Amino acid sequence: MTTIQINPGPSTPQAPQARGRFRAAQPNTVPFGTTIAHTWYLTGRKLHALVRQPWVLAFSVIQPVIWLFLFGQLFRRVIDIPGFAYHGTYLDYLVPGLIAMNAMSNNMWAGMTMIEEIDRGTLNRFLAAPASRIAIMNASVAEQAVSTTVQTLIIVALGLAGGARYHGGVAGVAVMVAASILVGVVFGALSNAVGMTLRSREAIIGVYTFFMLPLMFLSSAFIQTDLMPGWMQAIASRNPLNWVVQIGRSAVSAHPDWAAIGVRCGGLLVLAVACVAVSVATFRSYRKNV
Amino acid sequence: MSTTDCAIEARQLVKTYAVRGKKHGIRALDGLDISVPRGMIYGLLGPNGAGKSTTVKILTSLARPDSGEARVESVDVLARPGQVRHMIGVVAQRSGADPTATGRENLILQGRLYGLRGAAVRARADELLAHFGLTEAAERLVKTYSGGMQRRLDVAFGLIHRPAVLFLDEPTTGLDPESRAAMWQEIARLAGGEGMTVLLTTHYLEEADRLASRLAIVDRGRVVTSGSPDELKGELRGDAVQVELPADADPARVRQVLAALPAVRDVVIAGRDVSARSDDGAAAVPVVLAELQRAGVNAASVAVARPSLDDVYLRHTGRRYSESEGPDCAGHANELETAGVSK
Repeated sequence: MTTIQINPGPSTPQAPQARGRFRAAQPNTVPFGTTIAHTWYLTGRKLHALVRQPWVLAFSVIQPVIWLFLFGQLFRRVIDIPGFAYHGTYLDYLVPGLIAMNAMSNNMWAGMTMIEEIDRGTLNRFLAAPASRIAIMNASVAEQAVSTTVQTLIIVALGLAGGARYHGGVAGVAVMVAASILVGVVFGALSNAVGMTLRSREAIIGVYTFFMLPLMFLSSAFIQTDLMPGWMQAIASRNPLNWVVQIGRSAVSAHPDWAAIGVRCGGLLVLAVACVAVSVATFRSYRKNV
Repeated sequence: MSTTDCAIEARQLVKTYAVRGKKHGIRALDGLDISVPRGMIYGLLGPNGAGKSTTVKILTSLARPDSGEARVESVDVLARPGQVRHMIGVVAQRSGADPTATGRENLILQGRLYGLRGAAVRARADELLAHFGLTEAAERLVKTYSGGMQRRLDVAFGLIHRPAVLFLDEPTTGLDPESRAAMWQEIARLAGGEGMTVLLTTHYLEEADRLASRLAIVDRGRVVTSGSPDELKGELRGDAVQVELPADADPARVRQVLAALPAVRDVVIAGRDVSARSDDGAAAVPVVLAELQRAGVNAASVAVARPSLDDVYLRHTGRRYSESEGPDCAGHANELETAGVSK
């Protein structure tokens, strides 16, 4: 295959005989090294903004923290229902569920940032410059991963302060964080895709309300799936949010089921990569409507 | 003009946007053609919604046209957008600066996207910050910048990689007269001293007139006419010659004298003011003055007004520019006059 390596240095028009002789098979292909470099720089931009406004992160966990303490207190006797089959307090039970919920919930607003950048002209500035499209999405994913990690650790710490115990130790918590990052990437990428294609804040709010509560209640976040009606159990077993809850709960338990954790993490990873690919593909439709 | 002399070429661009409730959408471009020679400021003039920004978006690889061809420095924008992006600088209508980063950080990131690295990108960023008078504000967050400062930073974005072709989409919209005057000087310098090709879109008649060496008037997605501002106005063949008479002049006598002159026509006398049209106003003035003097009338003042771009617009679209633009246009034009920048 003949491709043209585009000189990334300060550009001058190429000599006429050099132009047009080759036909680039993939005109939009950016060299791999450039994608990596752009991911690094664009992620740096996002993290810089995050560091400048750390309180935004702290505010964003207020909601799950309210759930943690109010729900944890209100339903603490749930654990006594026959068939609940859980060794620990209800707060112990709840923490992995709220971590999954927080990861999904906060990342589903990623598309809002995308719309803001479209409205401000920042996205167009990057696109008119030879910025790698994949890097633009990677930067969004990386920023989400960092903020999800911080938020997850805040919830873990507050849970601990409230009396929750993590028998799986640091390794268990690390796995729980990893799963929350993965589910965050899934919903963050989908939110970006919705933001790019529909460019409407209402659409993002709509997607949020349509998915957030149902997926949350169709998981074992609040109650064991064994206690659910059969149809709900069937959905829950296919619900990626539920996988995250199960991964976290198993990882911080005294006897983690590593095989099941591995399978579910693999499933989340595949889903995350697919969703990021979808979000990168939306640049194509953006170009039609910009 | 042969194709190889062109920095920018667009052929029969058509672009339709889907709009809910409209079966065929909105046709933003309807067969637009332009050819921009190298090293000049080329103006796209037209009211809001004429299709200027859509043209820029297509030429800068942001948007895909439904049909048509676009080339920048002879490279096909549709087939090889990546190559085109390295050759062009883009200053879009909306700023695009990251408000949560400093001006310097913004510029350095921009340079890195074009492949500048290390000390080179920092040096280039500092050079541009100094050039645009932003050195003192370099470490401040962009959200604290004034409109004029932001716009200067935007132009710096477009220049960081020393592009061959610069696209400026409404660069002075929303600026105060002083910032606008400074921006004009900067734009004129880019094409003049640095030999860059600049495609400038504007909805200010005055701006197009002063900055552009050639311009295309865009209306409803098409170029209705193009040429240098003087050519376009010259085509109208009819300068206005205005003479102010002394208080004691006899209007009937003046009319008689002027009607006999082949150099002027359409003589109208209202009180002490005489106006007439002439194919060549500058040449008509001495003749008019001499004839009046022979008749014993010493003019108090005389003025020649060339046709304005507004007249050109009227001729080609059948509408006054200000009618297409909305009420604020005339006000802006006056503002520009008082800004007092010479070309």
